[in-house]
Amino acid sequence: MWDYSEKVKEHFYNPKNAGAVADANGVGDVGSISCGDALRLTLKVDPETEIILDAGFQTFGCGSAIASSSALTEMVKGKTLDEALLISNQDIADFLDGLPPEKMHCSVMGREALQAAVANYRGEEWSDDHEEGALVCKCFAIDEVMVRDTIKANNLSSVEEVTNYTKAGGGCSSCHEAIENLLTEEMAARGETFVPASSGKKKTKKVEKKKPDLVGIEAPVAKPAAASAGLTLVQRIRKIEDVLEAMRPALRADNGDVELVDVDGKTVYVNLVGACSGCQMAAMTLGGIQQKLIEAMGEFIKVIPASERPAA
Amino acid sequence: MSDIYLDNNATTKVDPAIVEAMLPFFTEQFGNPSSLHSFGNKVGMALKKARGQVQKILGAEHDSEIIFTSCGSESDSTAILSALKANPERKEIITTVVEHPAVLNLCEYLETEGYTVHKLKVDSKGRLDLDEYAKLLSDDVAVVSVMWANNETGTIFPVEKMAEMADEAGVLFHTDAVQAVGKIPMNLQDTAIHMLSLSGHKLHAPKGVGVLYLKRGTRFRPLLRGGHQERGRRAGTENSASIIGLGLACEQAMEHMEFENVQVKAMRDRLQEGILAAVPNAFPTGDVDNRLPNTLNIAFEYIEGEAILLLMNKMGIAASSGSACTSGSLEPSHVMKAMGIPYTAAHGTVRFSLSRYNTMEEIERVIEAVPPIVAKLRKLSPYWGENGPVENPEQAFAPVYA
Repeated sequence: MWDYSEKVKEHFYNPKNAGAVADANGVGDVGSISCGDALRLTLKVDPETEIILDAGFQTFGCGSAIASSSALTEMVKGKTLDEALLISNQDIADFLDGLPPEKMHCSVMGREALQAAVANYRGEEWSDDHEEGALVCKCFAIDEVMVRDTIKANNLSSVEEVTNYTKAGGGCSSCHEAIENLLTEEMAARGETFVPASSGKKKTKKVEKKKPDLVGIEAPVAKPAAASAGLTLVQRIRKIEDVLEAMRPALRADNGDVELVDVDGKTVYVNLVGACSGCQMAAMTLGGIQQKLIEAMGEFIKVIPASERPAA
Repeated sequence: MSDIYLDNNATTKVDPAIVEAMLPFFTEQFGNPSSLHSFGNKVGMALKKARGQVQKILGAEHDSEIIFTSCGSESDSTAILSALKANPERKEIITTVVEHPAVLNLCEYLETEGYTVHKLKVDSKGRLDLDEYAKLLSDDVAVVSVMWANNETGTIFPVEKMAEMADEAGVLFHTDAVQAVGKIPMNLQDTAIHMLSLSGHKLHAPKGVGVLYLKRGTRFRPLLRGGHQERGRRAGTENSASIIGLGLACEQAMEHMEFENVQVKAMRDRLQEGILAAVPNAFPTGDVDNRLPNTLNIAFEYIEGEAILLLMNKMGIAASSGSACTSGSLEPSHVMKAMGIPYTAAHGTVRFSLSRYNTMEEIERVIEAVPPIVAKLRKLSPYWGENGPVENPEQAFAPVYA
């Protein structure tokens, strides 16, 4: 069974604002093809001030879909339309103290219902701009459509690149077979053959790319595993900073960042900041940073949040 | 009040007598059955007894036809991969669209390896078309793998007849019988079934033990090679305690076969009648006249299964659902989809699977509990009006899908 937070359970067992608002002037009907759930959001908006006076939901869906709907109605009431539109799906998930990665699309559905209802109130046509596919990477909740699109847009040819561009595969690594299969298909479509990376320390010959694309994030290149034991402390810190710098674009893409706080032997203390701080994926992100550092430094490195640093 | 467990097709409780029979094999009788000394010797004798007990429930001709494995999935993989290895010139497999993932996902993988997989379709009640099957049997087919009974709906397939047809066409026949053993009497020596998979934890034995039945004379290539265990057909030190538990479980299942088909069936029938009498817009799925005595699958229209399960769980009732959300997969159950159950009903399917440990009193409590849960969720559903589904539900609510 899912690991739902108490807040999710509370909003599922006792949903707020269930049912349609009587004299609604904004209605949004949206569904998530990825799990068959669907939601109707009804809003009563004050035409003078554009303040949402009342909101109600009707949901055909699972526990977290109902909880996300309930949370959404609570969050938008009393806000102006423009304020409400600033709510992201992550805000909905945060309001519920987090959702399991497989269930994040429930919060996406909530945000889309809101956009659709506002468009309906304003007499605009709303169309959905993204597609969802089967979840590939459960650690970072990355779906198949996202992986395929990124491979296509950037001519990616290795699992490592896919991880660098999308984060998919950067956690527990059990989805690497699935990513390899997607690479095989997408590369075949552009007339190339997927060559898997060799195991262990033997370095794979880099496959020449057809055209470098600047759309994506610059891929951090894992440094060859030369043992860094002979380095001075300053050299070590510089090297660690280089690795963190290379990972920053990916973190910043999610409105987060990382800062180096201290280095104590093989232990590296960092602070996750911005959207990364308090994110339910924080542990995964730290794991990813640790992995990159181990690869670059050629030794075992332990990455610890600075908050757990023993007092000097 | 204690909780009510109606998810026995997922797994079952280990009978206390079975636990007791197993315990000495962790402590006093811990020896390796392959060893010469007395620590191992007695274990070997106990394994022989268990093999005989399994032989009896399957109606196998010889006890050497019983190969102990680690689970049903291992038995399935061993059987199918063995057939392919033993017949390298044959590149086709016949199975059904409603198989368990243990078979289906393996077949999908084999497709990427160049095999052609024919998946027999089912009708709205989950039944196969034997004419379609007959046409597919040929010298190119390495193996047919068809489940004896479906885990979601309990629908029983005519595997004995299908095995006969395969045998006449010179094709190996395997059946995944993990849901059927102990509920359907079988006598494999009178059938043309070449291979059969059994799983211990579906019949009150522990998890981690299974059986592959291999009819004498069937060409076989092991999946695990190594030691001489199981006559060289499945290497690896025997899971003695669990095998001994499985043997006793088979003996108990034989004793309860009638109870299963009379009393358990009566409870299942009462559950179906009680719920359908109280809940509108609900129907049982599968072939209701030809299904396992313990299984009931009901589709509740316009609501979603995970939500039903969560509310039932809160009331101490355990069941399972074919909804997409309970598994984290994209689609509602492939079994419901294959039967053409509409989307708004497929997501609301709930499977109740009983065992001999359930009581009629529990069933009455479930009949009381379910209708208010369904009503509560329908009040939240955009497809549901004041007292019933909204008119033309599919048109009245047609969301933009992403």
